[in-house]
Amino acid sequence: MIDHLLPHGAEAWVYLAHTPLLWLTLTLVAYVIADRISMACGRHPAVNLVVIAAAMIILALYLTGTSYETYFEGAQFIHFLLGPATVALAIPLYRHWEQVRASALPIVASLTVGALVGIFSAAFLARALKGSDLIVASLAPKSVTSPIAMGLSEQLGGAPFLTTALVIVTGVAGAMMLTPLMRLMRIKDSAAIGMAAGVASHGIGTARAFHIDSVAGAFGGIGMGLNGAFTSVILPILRPLLGL
Amino acid sequence: MTAALAGIFLCQLLGELVCRLFALPLPGPVVGMGLLFAYLLARGGQGQKAVPKELGAIADRLLGHLSLLFVPATVGMMRYFDILSANALLLTVTLLVSTALTLAATALTFRLLTKKPKP
Repeated sequence: MIDHLLPHGAEAWVYLAHTPLLWLTLTLVAYVIADRISMACGRHPAVNLVVIAAAMIILALYLTGTSYETYFEGAQFIHFLLGPATVALAIPLYRHWEQVRASALPIVASLTVGALVGIFSAAFLARALKGSDLIVASLAPKSVTSPIAMGLSEQLGGAPFLTTALVIVTGVAGAMMLTPLMRLMRIKDSAAIGMAAGVASHGIGTARAFHIDSVAGAFGGIGMGLNGAFTSVILPILRPLLGL
Repeated sequence: MTAALAGIFLCQLLGELVCRLFALPLPGPVVGMGLLFAYLLARGGQGQKAVPKELGAIADRLLGHLSLLFVPATVGMMRYFDILSANALLLTVTLLVSTALTLAATALTFRLLTKKPKP
């Protein structure tokens, strides 16, 4: 029936499925829809934009039998912008510099405590649940941005590709728990909330922090950048304590 | 607009270069953020306190849709469903509890050391 109505349907599909344009467009459209849904739900933390958009895209790829590699040929143009966006975090940091400088002590202390709690809690829980060395090593750097986490995972004897997935799950989990947890703890200070988001769940947490306000976003960027540097120095030193 | 965009890319490029040259264990863009920040501080020291208008506008655009930029990487999870689901319980419990503890510990430490404004 469809072949009859659209005699060139199959050809058109084969052509489009291999152009970056289709997958780039799909990514943007899925994001716009997810953004509308998130807005309609009053930016409720459980309605995570990234998760909804990615779920829609995964479903579409699955239904059309498209590989991630084909998809990424289009999506890479968006992925590429993560670099410039990271550089751009310098601007909110500069705008709130007075407040940041005045908070030097809480920043350094909360970074140290948060990073250590993140590493040790992940390693001990995974050990307690009978996780293998490979799993523990892949989990330990989960709170930092993925290029750093992958390198550390490899160094500790983990699986870098598994770490990429765990880093994403950590980011999404942190973004979803951020506001409910802070409300539960009666923490209203945007700086503290943003710092927690950046230290615990890197860029995805920082993206969520920007939905709170620009102060939270600025501190998210600081937390993410500092934790990346701190963890890459401290994790190889802590290695024996993690039993690796 | 173009100059501001070129500036951002230039910082990233220099960041990548610095990381390679000194074998730093950091991603190039993070160093690029440091370089751009240093530039803004140096500029501010000469009395130009405000962020250049176009640079500010581009940064706000990029950061306003930071979530979008994570979508392609998140879709990449589809490649690891097998290994993730084989360890689903372990990974779910560990990641949820550890992330909640990290958030709480960071925020509490931050608040504990922040001076309360005098009433």
